[in-house]
Amino acid sequence: MSSIYPRRKIKNTVMMSLCVVAAGIGIAWLALILGALVYKGAAGLNIQVFTEMTPPPGEEGGLLNAIFGSLIVTIIAMFVGTPIGILAGTYMAEYGRFSKLTMVVRFINDILLSAPSIVVGLFIYEIVVRPMGHFSALAGSFALAVLVIPVVLRTTEDMLSLVPNALREAGTAIGAPRWIVIRSVAYRAARSGIVTGVLLAVARISGETAPLLFTALNNQFWSSNLNAPMASLPVTIFQFALSPYEEWQQLAWTGALIITMTVLGLSVISRSLTGRREDR
Amino acid sequence: MAAVTDQQMASRREKVVRRFALTDAVFHAVSRASAVLVLVLLGGVAVSLFVGSWDALSKFGFSFLVTESWNPVKENFGAAAPIYGTIVTSAIAILIAVPIGIGIAIFLTELCPRPLRRPIGIAIELLAGIPSIIYGIWGLFVFAPFIQTKVQPFVIDFFHGVPILSSLFAGPPYGIGLLTSSLILAIMVLPFISSITKDVFDTVPSVLKESAYGIGCTTWEVMKNVVVPYTRVGIMGGVMLGLGRALGETMAVTFVIGNAHRISASLFAPSTTISATIANEFTEADGEMYTSSLIALGLILFIITFIILAIARYMLMRIESKKGA
Repeated sequence: MSSIYPRRKIKNTVMMSLCVVAAGIGIAWLALILGALVYKGAAGLNIQVFTEMTPPPGEEGGLLNAIFGSLIVTIIAMFVGTPIGILAGTYMAEYGRFSKLTMVVRFINDILLSAPSIVVGLFIYEIVVRPMGHFSALAGSFALAVLVIPVVLRTTEDMLSLVPNALREAGTAIGAPRWIVIRSVAYRAARSGIVTGVLLAVARISGETAPLLFTALNNQFWSSNLNAPMASLPVTIFQFALSPYEEWQQLAWTGALIITMTVLGLSVISRSLTGRREDR
Repeated sequence: MAAVTDQQMASRREKVVRRFALTDAVFHAVSRASAVLVLVLLGGVAVSLFVGSWDALSKFGFSFLVTESWNPVKENFGAAAPIYGTIVTSAIAILIAVPIGIGIAIFLTELCPRPLRRPIGIAIELLAGIPSIIYGIWGLFVFAPFIQTKVQPFVIDFFHGVPILSSLFAGPPYGIGLLTSSLILAIMVLPFISSITKDVFDTVPSVLKESAYGIGCTTWEVMKNVVVPYTRVGIMGGVMLGLGRALGETMAVTFVIGNAHRISASLFAPSTTISATIANEFTEADGEMYTSSLIALGLILFIITFIILAIARYMLMRIESKKGA
């Protein structure tokens, strides 16, 4: 007993220290990446970035058309994907909570949630780009919409499932039909959770590059034509970062900083929304 | 007069009720259709990839999977090199990420002071929120040069002359290559593994842990003998989910893998993965066979990740139902 006890204690201390080190590694890495981003990206952060077009090699310029393209593509993707996600989540939580369909959809949706986004890009290429014969902003939006649906669906279903049944019963008791109960009671109670899901979806797609590579492609110029290739921030970063030109690489870093701050900002906001819920 | 009003009221009420029933049926049908659409999407992905890759699959057949040659000029394509790169980078990434991820989960559930728990948990999860392309640009400009100048020359020297290891860590030090990709992938999947492990740790009934502490177990012994065995299926699910992520990861790998279609024994050698090949070559692919071969690569990736993710979700569902019971 006396000989085994210190050994167990030492082993415990060693293993627990390793766990602390593991957490340290995780945090240090976040700090390293963010630090590098701010250090390299902030140098190029000026008004030009937001007011000028992407430049030809060797010249100065900004990211205006890429930022604009990203906004357009993201907004359309959200408009297409969000209603589908919310409605599907509504079916699963409100109408068919215990049905077979719900179980299957939940399983498939969870797989879609982590499916490689480049495969989604190929899918949209096959069903939109190839029949139309050319790349387009619209195709890019569809690809991103496919990524939006599982995120929104998952959070909608989870949040609606948390709404107490007594609320629904109260609604039904005053004679309201089911869809009014859902609209006026369940949605209202789950609102902050659903908004969180939407924000998470925006965060997810605003940094997506792979599915845009062969759907929206890229465009060096200003374009608001949905039927034509359109620049986007991630694809521009991809192209500029791998180029040999210093100005382009600088713009890539600046773009990376902008995207990361947007994405992290969105996830912090959505987290604080759900955080408030938990506290209540 | 009153009778008429009653009748009118009744018919009006009936009308309203009928309209309610109709809208309800419509809402039900629309929401159900949306749920079905999710299934259609996944089916659509499978079918479209299969159709798109038919040219390549029918021409090369099974040899597509085992041929290393990737020659756009002669239109002779084989997927062996990308498949090899995908599996090796993901496997190494998982080997690195699993112990660290479980360590973080233990830290967060057992060691971390309560006020720090949430901020540290969020910091780790933010790692998952950073877009893939950011890891790519960071990996290419910051991490790869560091590996190239500070790590690789040293390692190559160190294992020089040692059998097996010397060929595993053979030069020249490019910085980019299999190992660099694996390290970056490990960082990317770390938050998934740690957050799922933490979640399944929370499913352990506290009575079990308390009884173990009660007979005098140390924290490590409680983790090793009670918590981990109890949650083994869930942890495996988390690991598989991380593996699924690593297999499909595109942009980060594309930046640092080096895009060489060959299988090399050295972990320092440039290589390629399925997703990196598609990302790099798809828009440049001219000719039906080239495009079709790339889509065939996509199909292979889809099938591999689908199987892995399905197993992961199945395992996580099992631990979930354990929690409910």
